[in-house]
Amino acid sequence: MSTAEASVMAAPRERRRIQLGRFVLPVYTWLVILYTVIPIVLMIVYSFNQAPSGRLTFQWLGFTTQWYQQVFAIPDLTNSLVNSLIVAASSSVISAIIGTPLALALARYRYRGKNLTDGVIFTNIAAPSVVVGASLLSLFISLNVNRGLATIIIAHVTFNIAFVTIVVRARVVGLDRSIERAAYDLGASPWVAFQKVLLPLIMPGILAGMLLAFAMSIDDFIITSFVAGQTLTFPLWVYGAVKVGIPPQVFVMGTLIFLAGVVLALINVFLQRRSA
Amino acid sequence: MRVSYAVREEELQETSTPADVSLRNVVKMFGDTVAVDDITLEIPRGEFFSLLGPSGCGKTTTLGMIGGFETPTSGTILLGDTDVSRVPAYKRDVNTVFQSYALFPHLDIFGNIAFGLRRKRMAKDDIARRVAEALRLVDLPGYERRKVAELSGGQQQRIALARALVNEPRVLLLDEPLGALDLKLRKQMQTELKRIQQDVGITFLYVTHDQEEAMAMSDRLAVMNAGKVEQCGSPREVYEHPATRFVASFLGASNLIDGRVASGAGAALAEVVLSGGERVRVPGERIAQGQSEVSVGIRPEKLHLDPVEEPAREGHNAITGQVTFGTYLGVSNQYVVRGPGDTDLVVYVQNLGLRAPGIGDTVRLSWLPEHTFVV
Repeated sequence: MSTAEASVMAAPRERRRIQLGRFVLPVYTWLVILYTVIPIVLMIVYSFNQAPSGRLTFQWLGFTTQWYQQVFAIPDLTNSLVNSLIVAASSSVISAIIGTPLALALARYRYRGKNLTDGVIFTNIAAPSVVVGASLLSLFISLNVNRGLATIIIAHVTFNIAFVTIVVRARVVGLDRSIERAAYDLGASPWVAFQKVLLPLIMPGILAGMLLAFAMSIDDFIITSFVAGQTLTFPLWVYGAVKVGIPPQVFVMGTLIFLAGVVLALINVFLQRRSA
Repeated sequence: MRVSYAVREEELQETSTPADVSLRNVVKMFGDTVAVDDITLEIPRGEFFSLLGPSGCGKTTTLGMIGGFETPTSGTILLGDTDVSRVPAYKRDVNTVFQSYALFPHLDIFGNIAFGLRRKRMAKDDIARRVAEALRLVDLPGYERRKVAELSGGQQQRIALARALVNEPRVLLLDEPLGALDLKLRKQMQTELKRIQQDVGITFLYVTHDQEEAMAMSDRLAVMNAGKVEQCGSPREVYEHPATRFVASFLGASNLIDGRVASGAGAALAEVVLSGGERVRVPGERIAQGQSEVSVGIRPEKLHLDPVEEPAREGHNAITGQVTFGTYLGVSNQYVVRGPGDTDLVVYVQNLGLRAPGIGDTVRLSWLPEHTFVV
């Protein structure tokens, strides 16, 4: 009797769930997608807008690819973009070099201070950028270090290490331990085993970590603004330009960076898939 | 003349086939837990030797210490005459077939099998030749350029075997290599492994929890429990004359009846009084001097099950009991008989189409004294 009762009870609930799935959820999903995508779509659309004054307006004046042809026409802006790319590339490479051994240690060994390291990584990600930026600035000042590209890179490495470590660690943990043992077993010294077996196998993880680090770095504003000194990165330049009006090239670069990001994200998905 | 010849041969054996692997008082502790508790073993060259035991008995840890992945807490491990107890895995002349195969997914089959040879800086032509040979040995010729992911579990298993054997190690370690295969493939691989071992003549040290597998392939086996070797011997010895209660129950089914030694410890035949008062004869060598409380064991297939009305079998031990349970298994019938001291005894009767006893029937169970073991 109780089972019959249960199945009677289940039927309307099942129907309600189907209706929810058919209408409410898709609508909700599309609203969320619109909410997140509209600013980006606006940026892309207005990067093709005519702007006689050389400043962005949100009045549609006609289609042009002029700004794409003159994307590097403003030397300061171009310079700031180059700075951003240098910072993002070098900080993600340096973080990968520091973060990969850390990830291996955390995934494979138990040692004193391991929990502490875990905690530091977590804190690193959770800490507000204002705190990180302010404390780094006071550190640089107290050490009497001139602020510039180098300090920006140092600052970005500090927060990127955590991201690389977490991504690479997940990869190492998912790796069958006996694969490393098999390498030793077949006569590979620890260094050779690392080079020939471990490194190729965790490479997708390292690349994914570096992509994430690159993405975190290229759009960082808060921490960078504390430690940049007179040097301008792309976000800093754009923020400075807001007061006097943004040149359309900013939207063009934004669109290009966004497209590059999408491509990198797709590559990342592909790497993860292939290796899984 | 004959005697002296035999002695010479024994000497010869001593020098020409020394133990390939020797464990001497090996202990492995993990914190306060004893994983391997004072194991001493000698495995002669060319033997197929199995470590058999339930999970957690220390067999895999033992294998790991021989392979160089674990360091013994105390004791010595010898490969031939060399103490390797503290030699790292990559400097040991042993190779392992891992339970998970542990093939390198980023290399093709050739790259996998050649991995060990490349570490030895062997010439390219020789590597190619030996990889091809190894693939022939495991019956997958021409698979050099295949990818690991393209192969079935059984094929990966063979590649793992080829990758280890191609290095011609002194000892091949196999860690439950057939565990992941389905039953049919497993049976097939058992025969295959045995054939390959005989072909290459390399000492195989095989770890398994599957007693049938160990029995089918091994020249000798060691039954392990709780970090100790309970018994070591040929499959026949260990099955027919289990030394301990654990061995008796782990290797196949056993009937154990408690009793007291009446006479003849150490003589050809000793007498034991069972808990129900019956007197049975057992091989006297199985009873230590001064031992009095014992368990008498008989394998279910060694028991004859007859109606009590029939005359007793000549020279057999006999007890009576009541059939409490019967199961038809096709090839045989399995009965449970309540015997002396309310012990439930299991009997396998081959299905010859004879009249089967019914539940509640009183029956006589008889068996030969030499089929009895004492633990």
